[in-house]
Amino acid sequence: MSAPVVLSPSNTLPVLSVSDLCKKYGVKAAVDCISFAVRRNEIVGLLGPNGAGKTTTFNMILGVLEPTSGSIRIEGVDLRAQRSRALASTNFAAVYAPLPGNLTVQENLRIFAMIYGVKKVSRRLAEVLEEFELEKFRHVKCGVLSSGEQTRACLAKAMLNQPKLLLLDEPTASLDPATARDIRGRIREFARRGTGGVLWTSHNMYEVEEVCDRVLFLSRGRILLEGDPRTLPGEHGKQTLEELFITVAREPLTLEL
Amino acid sequence: MYLPRVAAIVLRQFYLIRGSISRVMPIFIWAAVDMVLWGFMSRYLSGMLSGFNFVSTLLGAVLMWDFCTRVMQGVTLAFFEDVWSRNFLNFFATPLSISEYLVGLVLSSVITSSIGIVVMLLLAMGVFGLSFLTYGFMLVPFFLVLFLFGIALGIAAAGMVLRLGPASEWFVWPVPALLSPFAGVFYPLSALPVWMRGFSRLLPPAYVFEQMRAILSHQRVSIAALATALGLALVYVALACWFFALMYRHSVRTGLIARYSAETLS
Repeated sequence: MSAPVVLSPSNTLPVLSVSDLCKKYGVKAAVDCISFAVRRNEIVGLLGPNGAGKTTTFNMILGVLEPTSGSIRIEGVDLRAQRSRALASTNFAAVYAPLPGNLTVQENLRIFAMIYGVKKVSRRLAEVLEEFELEKFRHVKCGVLSSGEQTRACLAKAMLNQPKLLLLDEPTASLDPATARDIRGRIREFARRGTGGVLWTSHNMYEVEEVCDRVLFLSRGRILLEGDPRTLPGEHGKQTLEELFITVAREPLTLEL
Repeated sequence: MYLPRVAAIVLRQFYLIRGSISRVMPIFIWAAVDMVLWGFMSRYLSGMLSGFNFVSTLLGAVLMWDFCTRVMQGVTLAFFEDVWSRNFLNFFATPLSISEYLVGLVLSSVITSSIGIVVMLLLAMGVFGLSFLTYGFMLVPFFLVLFLFGIALGIAAAGMVLRLGPASEWFVWPVPALLSPFAGVFYPLSALPVWMRGFSRLLPPAYVFEQMRAILSHQRVSIAALATALGLALVYVALACWFFALMYRHSVRTGLIARYSAETLS
């Protein structure tokens, strides 16, 4: 599925490298020493039931939650040691982090473009507004957009700096099927043509099968399974990814390696 | 420090203020009300007790204290905008550093408090005849000390709200009123009991107001007192920044930044 990108030494590094990452609250481990990588041109699905540790993992990668131990490297840059540099090549969209509703789409995008150090801001704004079909909402406050339009505005923000690592937490949760398919296509295109990778969470297994090159099943803070979403169910005696997901959620011990 | 990020924080405040009458009015309306109230009060008292210039003493002091308060509120209101719009996750998951964020808040406050002080000066000088020429060049250190102390209060208050959650905003508003008796805005520190004077010596504005009164009563200005006030104000700014960074680190360690509306994680 990868695009024909010429690999220089820097291109061979994973865009995200997570090693022995733990987050404990007292004795309870929300994330229990997980390790994984996201490579260039790859879309990795982080799956698991509610409370499995997906959002905790996301928050640690975004630098808004300090790990108890372990390391996170983005483009080879250690997040703990060089936070600003590591996050400059990252961006994200999540249903629980809408853009401030009291500013217009263009105002919000301009502010985030400046924060991410985007060059030629006006040109880049025009590009993402067109890409996500937001031109007619340019001067509309984000708070009055429909949830689908807000999601598109968040995705436009996430693409502003052409990130090397794109984190998407249920990006199509509030979109109608046609728009969701369109958005999936754009994100696949982003992963194929550029030099970035995507870490994606979703509860829509059909979507995961369609989009992700690889999936990681998380349960109780640990990575339980990893593999190709199209072959993984069969490898574990299940018909579909959804069936496998339900087993992970209800009977994780039956799958533990 | 990457200046476009600082500029982005200021630009956000500009966008918010530009489009909202409810944000434009508070920049100067309360300051204007204070000027009118204390202007007439000063004029009335000057008429009652001839020979004592209440306009310079009282109205001048109120204006200076209002300036300090506006500077503090300029920082806290800019910060509250991110609290109210639940913007912490969006901002703090970017390359934006805490120092860039704080400098952005301070610059936003410089702009809003400058508008406030211009309105106050126009009213106090134009309507009530307050003359700041009396203070001469001493106005520079006076305003500088009050500005720095207002910044320190604003950053410390923002740090407290970051730690305690949105509802703790309530603690911030009465801070200037709680400090004003100790700062000697309306009376000399000698009017205070000894224990209160001890606390006053820790407050940079107390030195400013004492020196303002010294000028009006034709006494020499104590450069040592002003240097102490400036030194204290700088220490408070440094302490406030340290406190905010400490509260931020706590919020990142516990995960409060990502779940700020929950207020606590227990």
